[in-house]
Amino acid sequence: MSLLVVENLMKTFPGGKTAVNNLSFHLGKGECLGLVGESGCGKSTLARCLLRIESVDSGSIYLNDIAIERMNERKLYPHRKKIQIVFQNPTAALNPKLKIKDSIIEPYEQYRKELTLSHFSYTSKEAFIGQLLEAVELPSHIANQYPHELSGGQKQRVTIARSISIEPDLIVLDEPTASLDVISQGAVLNLLTELRETLHLSYLFISHDLAAVNQMSQRIMVMKDGEIVDQFNQEQLFSADRHPYTKELISIF
Amino acid sequence: MTGLSIRLPRAKKNRIQAGIALLGVVFFSAVFIYTFLYLRHDPVLTDLDRRLLGMSLQHPLGTDQLGRDVLTRLLLGGQQTLGYSLLALMVALFIGVPFGIISGYKRGLVDRVFMRIGDAFLSFPDTIVAIVLSGLMGPGIGNLVLAIVLVKWVSYARLVRSTVLSESQKDYVLIARINGLSSRKIMRKHLLPHVVGHVLVLASLDLGKIILLISAFSYIGLGAQPPMPEWGAMLNDSRPYFQSRPELMIYPGLAIVSVVLLTNMLGDYLRDRFDVKKEVQQ
Repeated sequence: MSLLVVENLMKTFPGGKTAVNNLSFHLGKGECLGLVGESGCGKSTLARCLLRIESVDSGSIYLNDIAIERMNERKLYPHRKKIQIVFQNPTAALNPKLKIKDSIIEPYEQYRKELTLSHFSYTSKEAFIGQLLEAVELPSHIANQYPHELSGGQKQRVTIARSISIEPDLIVLDEPTASLDVISQGAVLNLLTELRETLHLSYLFISHDLAAVNQMSQRIMVMKDGEIVDQFNQEQLFSADRHPYTKELISIF
Repeated sequence: MTGLSIRLPRAKKNRIQAGIALLGVVFFSAVFIYTFLYLRHDPVLTDLDRRLLGMSLQHPLGTDQLGRDVLTRLLLGGQQTLGYSLLALMVALFIGVPFGIISGYKRGLVDRVFMRIGDAFLSFPDTIVAIVLSGLMGPGIGNLVLAIVLVKWVSYARLVRSTVLSESQKDYVLIARINGLSSRKIMRKHLLPHVVGHVLVLASLDLGKIILLISAFSYIGLGAQPPMPEWGAMLNDSRPYFQSRPELMIYPGLAIVSVVLLTNMLGDYLRDRFDVKKEVQQ
């Protein structure tokens, strides 16, 4: 059964630019689906459409077989907790005026009533935040710090901790390592792989970095000008029948 | 004021400014509380036998042209001036800040309508509005406060709106939306804390201007009405006696200057204070 099914999704911006053009794909439970493409090809717009912070022009988005693309905010509410996102820039993704613990706990506090956790357990706020920080390999004392006191890699781990706190089905990773240095990149990718296994998560891994996508994902889609031009399994990356654009991307790395 | 200690290093300047401003605030609050608890003289009772007396133990700052104790009137006048200024400021904040946050967060039609309303108010200078209101509804401090509120709230709304406009595009606000937080909760939890600093700075700088405006209007007779003591009105009352008793004008004048100076220093201090995080990041 597919967790996420996207059919013929269209998104055109008021200026006339088509960011997402007739796009269809599906994402299975527990799968990590990679999405590669250069800047401006519509990857992030697709992510924003999936999270319903951008409206769609036409097409369907099914989450657990329920169409969510036209739901109003009130109907969408129970489905929102099933998808989380990790953005590219962790500094912008954390409110600079809030302590780390208050940022991390935000989704949980919002969904506390309708949520049953299986991996984590909520006994007290401190203990819960401790568990989350431990899961992303951060020391517990940073809970009381502010974002500007942390490094980029630490901040990205905090945003990951926040996104796993309500144990969603799907996490959209929108270039999660693009603003990190090479060492942090590797560490964060490894962490994400571990978390996917322990928490049974599914990822939509969006990146322009083909090497990172190939390391993370079982299946890879290549996007160009709002369309998916190529789709293949991890091991088929170097096979001869790849799309010319994919070959071009490979040659860059 | 910025020019006062411009050569000192920033941190030191900050400390000195904060110290002076704090001392001043404490001093003035102590004085005002004291007047509430202990009033020796009726501030409005005229006693023509005791007019224009010099300093004495009974009247530390002497008496005015109608035999009223100057210190008592000065202190009560301060309560009037500061009290009404603060009132005007508070009301302006209570209208302007929510207006600005909603306008900046909702954007679109709401924003356009709100801002055009604001522009309409802003197109009149505060002095003109105050004069017109006095002309229509008669002079009085209430009308003056109303005039100030009518004009001032717009500047808060605009300031808040511009901050919220840029802040609400940041990823953490998007994430709050993704996590199902209501607009109201997002505005309160994520956006309000970002504008408080800016608003405080502008408010403390505005306080000085409002005090000046209220004093000025009382001076020309459009603000506080006699026999109510008010610094601007006291200045005007003492004008005919300037040659014989200049201190009668100097006391309220000094009071206005020092309070305005203090509010400005407090504003400068607050501005530096709320900039700290940006410095750290740089």
